[in-house]
Amino acid sequence: MSAATSGYYFAPPSKWPVVGSTALLFMGAGGAMTMNQIQPFGWASLAIGFSILVYMLFGWFGQVIRESESGLYNDQVDGSFRWSMSWFIFSEVMFFAAFFGALYYARVFSVPWLADQDNALLWEGYSAVWPTVGPYLEKNTAYDFTAMGPWGVPLLNTILLLSSGVTLTWAHHALKAGHRGQLVAGLFATVALGFTFLGFQIYEYVHAYSELNLKLTSGVFGSTFFMLTGFHGFHVTLGAIMLTVILFRCMKGHFKPNHHFGFEAVAWYWHFVDVVWLGLFLFVYVFV
Amino acid sequence: MSTAITPTHDHAYQGAHDARDHHDDHGPGNWTRIFTTTNHKDIGSMYLWFSLFMFFVGGSMALLIRAELFQPGLQFVQPEVFNSLTTVHALIMIFGAVMPAFTGFANWLIPMQIGAADMAFPRMNNWSFWLMIPAAILLFASFFVPGGAAASGWTLYPPLSIQGGIGLDMTILAIHILGASSIMGSINIITTLLNMRAPGMTLMKMPMFCWTWLITAYLMIAVMPVLAGAITMLLTDRHFGTSFFNAAGGGDPTMFMHIFWFFGHPEVYILILPAFGIVSQIIPTFARKPLFGYASMVYATASIAMLSFIVWGHHMFTVGMPAAGQLFFMYATMLIAVPTGVKIFNWIATMWRGSLSFETPMLFCIGFLCMFTLGGFSGLVLAIVPVDITLHNTYYVVAHFHYVLFPGAIWGLMAGVYFWLPKFTGRMYNETLGKWHFWLSAISFNITFFPQHFLGLAGMPRRIPDYALQFAEWNMVSSIGAFILGFSQLLFVWNVVSCIRSGEKAKAKQWEGADSLEWTHLPSPVPYHTFEIAPVIK
Amino acid sequence: MQTMIRPALNILTNCALCRLKAAGVFAAMCACMVPNAWAGYDFNIPQPGTPISQQIYGLHMYILFVCAAIFVIVFSLMFYSIFKFRKSKGVKPDVNFHESTLIEIIWTIIPFIILIAMAIPATKTVLDMKDTSNPDITVKVTAYQWGWRYDYSAEDFGFYSNLSTPWSQIGQPGTPATEEKGKDYLLEVDNAMVVPVGKRVRLLVTSNDVIHGWYVPQLGVNQYGIPGFIKDVWFKANEVGTFKGQCSQICGKLHGYMPITVIVKSEADYAKWIEESKVKFGAKPLTASLPASASVEDANKKFTLAEAKEVGIKIYAANCIACHQTTGKGMPGAFPALSGSKVVQGPIDAQINVLLNGRPGTAMVSFARLSDSELAAVITYTKNSWDNNTGKIVQPADVKALRKA
Ligand code: HEA
Ligand code: HEA
Ligand code: HEC
Ligand code: CUA
Ligand SMILES: [Cu+2]
Repeated sequence: MSAATSGYYFAPPSKWPVVGSTALLFMGAGGAMTMNQIQPFGWASLAIGFSILVYMLFGWFGQVIRESESGLYNDQVDGSFRWSMSWFIFSEVMFFAAFFGALYYARVFSVPWLADQDNALLWEGYSAVWPTVGPYLEKNTAYDFTAMGPWGVPLLNTILLLSSGVTLTWAHHALKAGHRGQLVAGLFATVALGFTFLGFQIYEYVHAYSELNLKLTSGVFGSTFFMLTGFHGFHVTLGAIMLTVILFRCMKGHFKPNHHFGFEAVAWYWHFVDVVWLGLFLFVYVFV
Repeated sequence: MSTAITPTHDHAYQGAHDARDHHDDHGPGNWTRIFTTTNHKDIGSMYLWFSLFMFFVGGSMALLIRAELFQPGLQFVQPEVFNSLTTVHALIMIFGAVMPAFTGFANWLIPMQIGAADMAFPRMNNWSFWLMIPAAILLFASFFVPGGAAASGWTLYPPLSIQGGIGLDMTILAIHILGASSIMGSINIITTLLNMRAPGMTLMKMPMFCWTWLITAYLMIAVMPVLAGAITMLLTDRHFGTSFFNAAGGGDPTMFMHIFWFFGHPEVYILILPAFGIVSQIIPTFARKPLFGYASMVYATASIAMLSFIVWGHHMFTVGMPAAGQLFFMYATMLIAVPTGVKIFNWIATMWRGSLSFETPMLFCIGFLCMFTLGGFSGLVLAIVPVDITLHNTYYVVAHFHYVLFPGAIWGLMAGVYFWLPKFTGRMYNETLGKWHFWLSAISFNITFFPQHFLGLAGMPRRIPDYALQFAEWNMVSSIGAFILGFSQLLFVWNVVSCIRSGEKAKAKQWEGADSLEWTHLPSPVPYHTFEIAPVIK
Repeated sequence: MQTMIRPALNILTNCALCRLKAAGVFAAMCACMVPNAWAGYDFNIPQPGTPISQQIYGLHMYILFVCAAIFVIVFSLMFYSIFKFRKSKGVKPDVNFHESTLIEIIWTIIPFIILIAMAIPATKTVLDMKDTSNPDITVKVTAYQWGWRYDYSAEDFGFYSNLSTPWSQIGQPGTPATEEKGKDYLLEVDNAMVVPVGKRVRLLVTSNDVIHGWYVPQLGVNQYGIPGFIKDVWFKANEVGTFKGQCSQICGKLHGYMPITVIVKSEADYAKWIEESKVKFGAKPLTASLPASASVEDANKKFTLAEAKEVGIKIYAANCIACHQTTGKGMPGAFPALSGSKVVQGPIDAQINVLLNGRPGTAMVSFARLSDSELAAVITYTKNSWDNNTGKIVQPADVKALRKA
């Protein structure tokens, strides 16, 4: 809050918010219809909504990038970006907390309760060993599955993500020191590691479905496993896309050694995704 | 009159990069403005109009509910439609009326009160508003799809909410969108408060309204994503075969309740803290004396927010939780009475030895004090586990939360509208009409909801379209009250509209005791752009 | 944990209890005063019927009066200022009176102490309520949309309990009720739950479909039935009588039509009731439980028409009348008539499929939770009642075959 507000850049009127809202209207309606098998309207509406959203994202972020590059963002604007990105990441933490909470609750409370003395009236013989498909699905052998072991692909993925954090930090140092070549190299490595992670994740899902019979429908274990890793994967995807954009911007010579919050924001996000993965690795894979 | 006004609307000065000079024409007729505007005052007004509209839609549903409950038997709607009305009434009032109205005030007031020219992210600000429109469309449209609107109560407990049709999916997606809107709005507000204050405006000099919003925004950023998580799990349980809330697959319906109420309880403070802020601005003004115990007000608000994260279990005393859980949640809940009491006492101490006058905003605040405290007491009664066992899901609970929500949140807002209308519009509302509005609301509110305590104590469950004969008298009284209450609100609309069109000219400092920047540094009405040079606060 | 806390609590409660008693006296005074003046209106928690609900009653009165006292004190100060410190009376504000650490500490501590005085008796009651050990009898309560089932497992019988108020008293939007509403409108059931007086009754509460709430205020019980979980509560009725309650948790369309009646009988009468019920409900234990049980049933059973109709009418009464009505005529516009329905008069497979799968998106949900023989019986019943005289008999094996497919 150093300077007066005077030099603060306030955006001029913009059509992008309304465009974005229109996109969400189509996506919401399309999503609801698709989930209820109202076709082809569902897919059509989703497709329209998604196209508008992409259009909006390009337009909006394009404008932000132009504003940023023409030097409209002073230090105070930078401060706003920092605060807002921190709070945004906090909101993401809370989103994941809900799913971690579900995992914790199922393991510590609901599954043991289902096997307690009173519930034997309903679920005779249920032994509540985690991982589980639950007392009813368990009776159907079609649901038998094997949990994903931690020391294969997941460990590899942990290493990939951790090293991507390192390469990203390297790129950041290079940016601050004005070494463009290293910056691009570091970023490129980060993006490559990110996409490799995603590749392995896809491989892991295919493996789970085809060989381990571990599916989204595999009781509460499958639900928490796929929703946690899935949302994480989705965040990695977003992060990797954003990193790619940053990579292209760096190649075009964007950002200055002392003024590059766009870069830092994505870096923060990437580290956050990294930390979530560590939580997943421990609570979803290792301590099964 | 304008001696106190710094030359803030001096257009000679524009920051070199300030793109705003290009759109300075705010003449009427430019209809695209409402879609594209990035001005906090425009957006604030849009929020306020939107929530007034939603208040009437939600209120009309309440009146349908009350009409059905006027007599035993089924008269107007099928039971499942009744359930939908209850559900959507609550969702609209909470997410469509109260929260957006507070955000509207935040938009209008926060930049002016901290000496900023606008919100930190004006473009995102506009999006926060416009996101509510697709959500509202989805919510309304859900009444007209096969299977009807969500009918599971606003709490959306599975497995009942697993049974609904496409209307439930539309509701869930609407809440997702509203959540995104709230999170963006909150990030904007919190960033503005932390980063845009004028030189000298330290945190502990901020007006109380800013403080309560700072804390509210924090609560929202913390809990809206949790709600998003809960309803996402609901969606996947509904359509993608997950078993989060299904015992057959090792899940637990109770798990939904835990996640929902981890959001839900802080949510009810989201619905009241900004009203606390508004009241804390108005009472000192009409007592002509500074707010008593400013610092302890700030700490009390923060304590309420912190405690609100650990009390959620009081909505679940009847799920069969272990005694230790019940006791923990009971003690934690009771504790909230302490900081809330501090606030009540501080307000009364502000009035003590003041020089009081009783214009409409002040009347609403005094009404707020009495009625909110009653609601708080019934909350305390519900916090006592054994008592809650007999009262849970009865009309006692309905009475409790309407006491904190209507005279709490809604009167807080009404008081705010009367208080700042002269500032927003440059015109005065009609004081006589305002007083009529207050007294009619106060009396009919109590006719509507006080008897609901008796109904609850006598054992009438909530969310039922029809009831046993012993409940008939009080329901009839309650319904009569509701209709008077509903139609009294038309006075409010009339007053606001005629104020804007033909009210008397208001003064820059319309209220003698007002002392925040919007009164001391700005004319009425406030110009389109303010504080482009930040004022310096000593 | 309870054993550790309890002695300490007892000491604490003794002092809180005298206050509780004082409050109780005051409460009783008011409680007597009010109903006399307002005969016919209900203001308060109904007459307690168990030791626990007595405690609850006392607790509520105690807290109510403490809160009322605080309200009076706090707001008399406010109204005093409203009358005393008016601008119109020319009062000048004392602008320096806006802080006082001492006062603020006092009004933080006093409420805290009051809260402790409330928490102590409350804690004691919680611990008493939660102690479900040593029951005299145990009844399993299963909720379903929209009725109850009570299983007296030790006696080997169980039965359904449904609303018995006819729809002709309730009416329909647009078409008023044709019959006068009775005294127990919406609170009457076909088969009440019966328990002996003065005995600890433990309830194992669960549900078949969605969450419901078994709520009888006078017995001090309000317990969610959660599908897939069993939760236990207990009560001990002080005296013989009839206690009424309703489902307390929204459970769909007919949530408001899901009453509970508990009849407390003397031990001798209770024993007699048990014997009668064994005959009435026992014989063939029909288990309406989660799908798991369906496969365990005797699939080789062969119904005769009479047998199937006799069983079927019970299942129909328990599961179908809410919508399709006793007359089989449904409710025009909402629920189709089964009497004369093409589906019911048509091939058996089509109807079995409706019952097993429901009609997605309508109120007609899947009844796969019923067992094969239950479904066979109820379908046979519908095919041979009202205007339907198909003579077709559906056997459990038929249902089983389609359930598998
Ligand atoms: C604005 C919203 C709002 C607010 C502020 C509150 C405030 C409180 N609420 Fe309420 N509540 C709701 C909205 C709100 N509530 C809603 C919407 C529901 C129902 C949800 C649903 O199921 O649909 C609900 C339900 C609800 C329940 C669950 C009931 C049930 O379902 O069985 C409980 C139980 O503990 C409860 C308790 C409280 C308490 C203790 C407070 C406290 O914060 C109150 C504190 C205030 C005071 C106590 C008064 C002032 C204090 C003094 C003057 C000091 C001296 C006092 C003493 C020493 C006693 N609330
Ligand atoms: C901020 C929140 C808020 C507000 C302001 C209100 C306002 C009102 N509420 Fe609501 N209510 C809730 C939040 C709120 N409610 C919640 C959370 C629930 C629980 C839902 C659940 O169980 O899931 C609930 C449930 C609820 C019930 C219980 C329903 C049930 O259990 O089945 C009832 C019954 O009386 C009720 C009544 C009312 C009434 C009479 C008003 C009045 O104050 C309304 C005043 C009326 C108006 C403002 C209408 C004005 C309209 C006209 C005059 C008509 C003219 C029309 C036009 C010009 C368009 N509400
Ligand atoms: C919640 C209300 C409800 C309950 C309880 C209910 N039904 Fe239905 N039933 C319906 C509705 C609504 C339909 C119409 C579905 C449609 O629109 O296709 C229906 C349709 C049917 C049909 C097809 C009728 C036709 O002509 O298409 C049959 C057969 C039937 N129900 C039998 C039963 C039986 C047997 C039971 C009890 C075991 C039962 N229902 C319980 C609501 C209910
Ligand atoms: Cu069963 Cu409500
Ligand atoms: Cu709460």
